[in-house]
Amino acid sequence: MPEPTVPVPSAPSHGYPGRLLVFEGLDGSGKSTQAALLGKWLQSGGHRVFFTEWNSSQLVANTIRRGKKKGLLTPTTFSLLHAVDFADRFDRQILPPLRAGYLVVCDRYAYTAFARDAARGCDPDWVRTIYSFAPRPDRIFYFQVPVQVTLRRKLASRLKINYYEAGMDLGLSDEVKESYVRFQTRLKREYDRLAVTDGFTVVDATRSVEAIQRELRQDLAPMLENVPTGARLMHDG
Amino acid sequence: MTDRTYGTRLPGMPTEPLTGRLVVIEGPDGSGRTTEVALLKTHLEVEGHAVVDTGLRRSDLVSDEIDRAKQGHTLGATTLALLYAVDFADQLENKIIPALAAGSTVLADRYIYTLMARAIARGASREWARELYGFALRPDLVLFLEARPEILLHRSIGKYGSLDYWESGMDLSLSRDLFESFFLYQDRLSREFDWMAGEYGFQRVDANRAPEQVHEDVRRLVAPLYEGAASARASARSRRVSRPASRAVSGSGARAGARRPA
Repeated sequence: MPEPTVPVPSAPSHGYPGRLLVFEGLDGSGKSTQAALLGKWLQSGGHRVFFTEWNSSQLVANTIRRGKKKGLLTPTTFSLLHAVDFADRFDRQILPPLRAGYLVVCDRYAYTAFARDAARGCDPDWVRTIYSFAPRPDRIFYFQVPVQVTLRRKLASRLKINYYEAGMDLGLSDEVKESYVRFQTRLKREYDRLAVTDGFTVVDATRSVEAIQRELRQDLAPMLENVPTGARLMHDG
Repeated sequence: MTDRTYGTRLPGMPTEPLTGRLVVIEGPDGSGRTTEVALLKTHLEVEGHAVVDTGLRRSDLVSDEIDRAKQGHTLGATTLALLYAVDFADQLENKIIPALAAGSTVLADRYIYTLMARAIARGASREWARELYGFALRPDLVLFLEARPEILLHRSIGKYGSLDYWESGMDLSLSRDLFESFFLYQDRLSREFDWMAGEYGFQRVDANRAPEQVHEDVRRLVAPLYEGAASARASARSRRVSRPASRAVSGSGARAGARRPA
């Protein structure tokens, strides 16, 4: 276990040779597309890159899936299960590459839990404390977009809106689309608040893919100058 | 509403009063906890009270994961602590709270205190552990069965034929020697329990004695919880007054919960 850390509001920065880059935002904000494009660019520049996604550890994947399907989860167990997933990925996937000098790109990080759990009625301070083992990232890109835009993108892609994404467990509305808009609006409010308290780099995600990608690369360039590339790591080692 | 839990609010908590009683029996492996739970359950049922018993790691939600994780021994301390917390939360929300709302007595064979002590022994801060379990209901009574390490050792060997890997804290690498590790680990836990006993108002029970003798103390400590319970309405009213009921029995408890000899 990492050093017991003081809870809230801001976890200390990590101090490891790598860099921790986080992508946050609503579903349909385009953050995964941008993260993948950024990764290509970083790799082409000789950097060692490691990707990790929210809710992707094998440990509790089945439980979360089963629990969601059967509606067995309450806001508290929903929150804790995602914390288990994150803690497991943090130990295995995030920390080792960070210490080894990688650029670790996280498609969602603890802030997703802060936003979602608060929107489900969990005590925000409680959630913060649970995640206090997670260090502050070097950059948190927040893909800010109106809820209606994400809904249009969702419908255009003909993806089905899933039960939890729509916050159907909260009983906001029996109608999926209506519930989706209400729940995502709550989430956006949480994100917008976190943007201020946690120093997010806000990205206007209504623009073209190219324009956004250009902005990200410009933003990161100065930081990357101090990060050894793969070749140098090999040489020094 | 939050004063029913230790800290944070629990989303989805029923608004009606929880008229049942929550009685926790804590104590290390080999303290006779399970025997005392069984004896107390029978006693309360004979007295006419509905009893639901519960323990750690019995929820359907993640018990498979916990078993698998233990077999692999590969989980980080934070991950394991959180996994236990999921299991506890599931039982609290789906078993303990509904039973209390229905007026039953819930008899818990261990509670958050064991989970906290284990997490802290593995490097978690007290603050983190406390806050993590801040959603737990405050019990009406926590009985803490204390026994000397040598007694725990002999009972453990008697039970498993050897010493249990986890109860000896072998995952902590305190010592490669199982026997030595057992003592080192139990000492860590017992220091944590000592602190919690004061912090959370445990009633200490001397468990170095025979089960029947311990049971007599247990009965005496539990009895005040049911005083005036003849009328269901009266008991419902008394539950609304939020105070740690453990303090209410401290008069008789001081003698019964004699500290173990040093």
